[in-house]
Amino acid sequence: MQVKEYKPLIVAFCCNWCSYAGADLAGNNRLNYPADVKIIRVPCSCRVNPMFILRAFQRGADGVILCGCHPGDCHYTSGNYYTRRRMAMLFSMLDYLGIERERTRVEWVSAAEGAKFAATMNEFVEAVSALGENKRLEDLRCKR
Amino acid sequence: MQRIGVFVCWCGSNIAGTVDVKAVAEALKSEPGVVYSTDYQYMCSQAGQDLIVQAVKDNNLTGLVICSCSPRMHEATFRKTAATAGLNPYMVEIANIREQCSWVHKEMPIGTEKAIILGKAAVAKVNLNTPLTPGESPVTKRALVIGGGIAGIQTALDIADAGFPVDIVETKPTIGGKMAQLDKTFPTLDCAACILTPKMVDVAQHEKIRIFSYSEVAEVKGFVGNFDVTIKKKARFVDETKCTGCGDCVDKCPMKKNPNEFNMGMDNRPAIYIPFAQAVPKVATIDAGACTMLKKGKCGLCSKVCGAGAIDYTQKDEFISEKYGAIVVATGFNVISMDKFDEYAYNQSKDVITSLEFERLTNAAGPTAGKLLRPSDGKHPHKIVFVQCVGSRCENCAEKGKEYCSKICCMYTAKHAMLTRDKYPDTDVTVFYIDVRTPGKNFDEFYRRAVEEFGVKYVKGMVGKIVPEGEVLKVQASDLINNKQMHIDADLVVLAAAIEPDKSARPLATMLTASMDTNDFFTEAHPKLRPVESPTAGVFLSGACQGPKDIPETVSQAGAAASKVIGLLCKDKLLGNPCIAGSNELMCNGCSSCERVCPYGAITYLDKEFRMPDRTTKIRRVASVNPAVCQGCGACTVACPSGAMDLRGFANDQIMAEVDAICK
Amino acid sequence: MNKKDLLREEIIRRSGVNPKKCMKCGKCSGTCPAYEEMEFHPHQFASMIDSGDIEPLIASESVYKCLSCFACVERCPRGVEPAKLIEAVRLSVIREKGANRMTANDVPAMVDEETPQQLLVSAFRKYTK
Repeated sequence: MQVKEYKPLIVAFCCNWCSYAGADLAGNNRLNYPADVKIIRVPCSCRVNPMFILRAFQRGADGVILCGCHPGDCHYTSGNYYTRRRMAMLFSMLDYLGIERERTRVEWVSAAEGAKFAATMNEFVEAVSALGENKRLEDLRCKR
Repeated sequence: MQRIGVFVCWCGSNIAGTVDVKAVAEALKSEPGVVYSTDYQYMCSQAGQDLIVQAVKDNNLTGLVICSCSPRMHEATFRKTAATAGLNPYMVEIANIREQCSWVHKEMPIGTEKAIILGKAAVAKVNLNTPLTPGESPVTKRALVIGGGIAGIQTALDIADAGFPVDIVETKPTIGGKMAQLDKTFPTLDCAACILTPKMVDVAQHEKIRIFSYSEVAEVKGFVGNFDVTIKKKARFVDETKCTGCGDCVDKCPMKKNPNEFNMGMDNRPAIYIPFAQAVPKVATIDAGACTMLKKGKCGLCSKVCGAGAIDYTQKDEFISEKYGAIVVATGFNVISMDKFDEYAYNQSKDVITSLEFERLTNAAGPTAGKLLRPSDGKHPHKIVFVQCVGSRCENCAEKGKEYCSKICCMYTAKHAMLTRDKYPDTDVTVFYIDVRTPGKNFDEFYRRAVEEFGVKYVKGMVGKIVPEGEVLKVQASDLINNKQMHIDADLVVLAAAIEPDKSARPLATMLTASMDTNDFFTEAHPKLRPVESPTAGVFLSGACQGPKDIPETVSQAGAAASKVIGLLCKDKLLGNPCIAGSNELMCNGCSSCERVCPYGAITYLDKEFRMPDRTTKIRRVASVNPAVCQGCGACTVACPSGAMDLRGFANDQIMAEVDAICK
Repeated sequence: MNKKDLLREEIIRRSGVNPKKCMKCGKCSGTCPAYEEMEFHPHQFASMIDSGDIEPLIASESVYKCLSCFACVERCPRGVEPAKLIEAVRLSVIREKGANRMTANDVPAMVDEETPQQLLVSAFRKYTK
């Protein structure tokens, strides 16, 4: 029997001003990272409602990563600070619920850091793959 | 239900090389709402755009999904295309299948699979898109400059020269600020008054500039383009329109013993006074706390001698309301209090002075007519010690000093030391420093000249304590280079005191909802790219209110702020970003969570009447977002506990739909 | 002019160096190969001569520890030439009667197979009037 290769499902939220541009730069420089990463564009990392992350896990995502501007560089001056605090809370709660810390991450990627974006994604996908599938929060009602 | 058209771009071989574009177009055809799907070599080309316009017309499309390059590249292009086709420009979503797909993946099946998922997410989002229109607001073509120092003066002149009326509000009886108190200016050593007073006269004579001296901003309402400001004109008990500035009242006033603020309290002025000879406006002001007529109703001498009949003891504070399109903050700085620095004996000896006091001592219009004399006994000092970084770079002494570097002290100390050695070569001048920071044009050369040509002794190390003993000040300091302790009997000690934002800045920031850092300096919208704008739209920053600055820097920032103001006032109306927050009033419970996280102060609360199910009405407090001020970051949407706050263009259900489409 | 100032002037004249040009960066001492051997380091020579504090330098062994390699002169960003200052202080010492660091009598004891002749000649030149 052939075992189907495990492919993690990873959702990345990128702020429009820094990280999304960083992801574009990774593309411009043709830096490879796994196709398992799907990027959702948000105006600022602080737009990411914990609800979105919970929903992703409910629908079987294996990892969620949030990328924003470096502290002090937020286009909206303080959005990434809100993100940092909110996610610290959320991730510790998720950890309590059994979603390992390695499956969630906040990373600061500037518009100039294409290489960092690709490296971060490679590393994150590897870390999530090592954990295998996430079933802990999966909710079949959400999967239709 | 939307009628969505999907357009997959090949981008030559950029996308088509790793993504099977036909398969993507085919796969997306069966997505909910999609009625048309096609692919083309270059969607952004004229032919590609024509294809989109035609497809909209042929299929009555209501929403578009373009699978192409990054939205940062061509979102604006395709929004225009949508508008050409008669659609709302915000009914377009881009699936980024180039930068974030075809360029980062190598294998066709993987790239195609991801492109389909990204396309599905975009389709899911467009299904929930609503037409958006940017809000419009008119612009009042008048600017307010708060602060009349060199920063405010330069900003006002630059704006007024462009043809827009400007009002300057200054708390002191005259404009001029700190620069008017200075003697010489580094690094060229031209006299401050010689370069400042002509500018003050320009301001006074400019037909577009009004000066509200001895006034304060009492209230600010409104938003960019439409500020309603109330200015409090404090009673000066002199009719400005009548006073000729002759000074007869000043000479006759019997209450002569009041500390002269302009000379840093080193001499006295009468109760009625004109701060200095070149004051603008040159109008007398009565110090209500010192005048016997105002306190006890006796005297009235000034009124008797005033030929113009300008004295008015009954004058009251006056409130003036005016509309402005833009506000420039130029509130400047002050020297910090030396009271807590016991080690430097500032309060024990008159001969320990701050650098600003030293400026007045060497200024020809100062208390000693420019002769450098000790404040205690009026003798010429022969040994002078300068101490740098007094209260600056003080991390563990927040109650005494400041954490930051005050930036200007190294240069003015070099200037003071140099000028002293130049005028009085028999004086021994020693400067104690931690670092000498001279990163300006011709600054280091200036400092080296003080050392090499003028023989100023620079000692690396700080003064540990100063003890007044008889006529001298015993200075104990460390010489770190030679690794020893130094003991100097000084005649005069000059402390380069740290500078801090003016005390009026904090309440002003609250009125303007402009943000401040922990040191009470105003924060700029972006530290590198928007250095003269406050994060609050329509509020601009000029001079030391934003951070320590020397004169050249202040003037260039003033010009930059003016150009930003002119750019704003040139517009007849402002078009907002339509992707802004909005609150669902039926769900809002008025808790203020959103207001607290908003970095722009865009959220206010209204008491609104609601019809209840039982046909009664009830008044509830609900959040209301000012569309002209909101920048659309979305912080409030997450803070809202009831889910009433949402962001247009990036709505909760839209992002949720994207998540759902990706996690399938 | 007091004795201290005279000595200062003399050393500045003799060395041809203006110690005021020193901006106390410490690159001279940073590059000095004899640093560990010295009580006063090259930057201190510049600083102490400028402040007229020369007696401790004269009394110190440091003047002999300088190799005169001129690395400090080569690297000084402001052209202060500390080695020349040290040389000038050393000269003040050995110009005093009987203050030679080396005499002809010391030489035979130093001669061996390993030591190059040139070394002895230059040491003799450097440490004697």
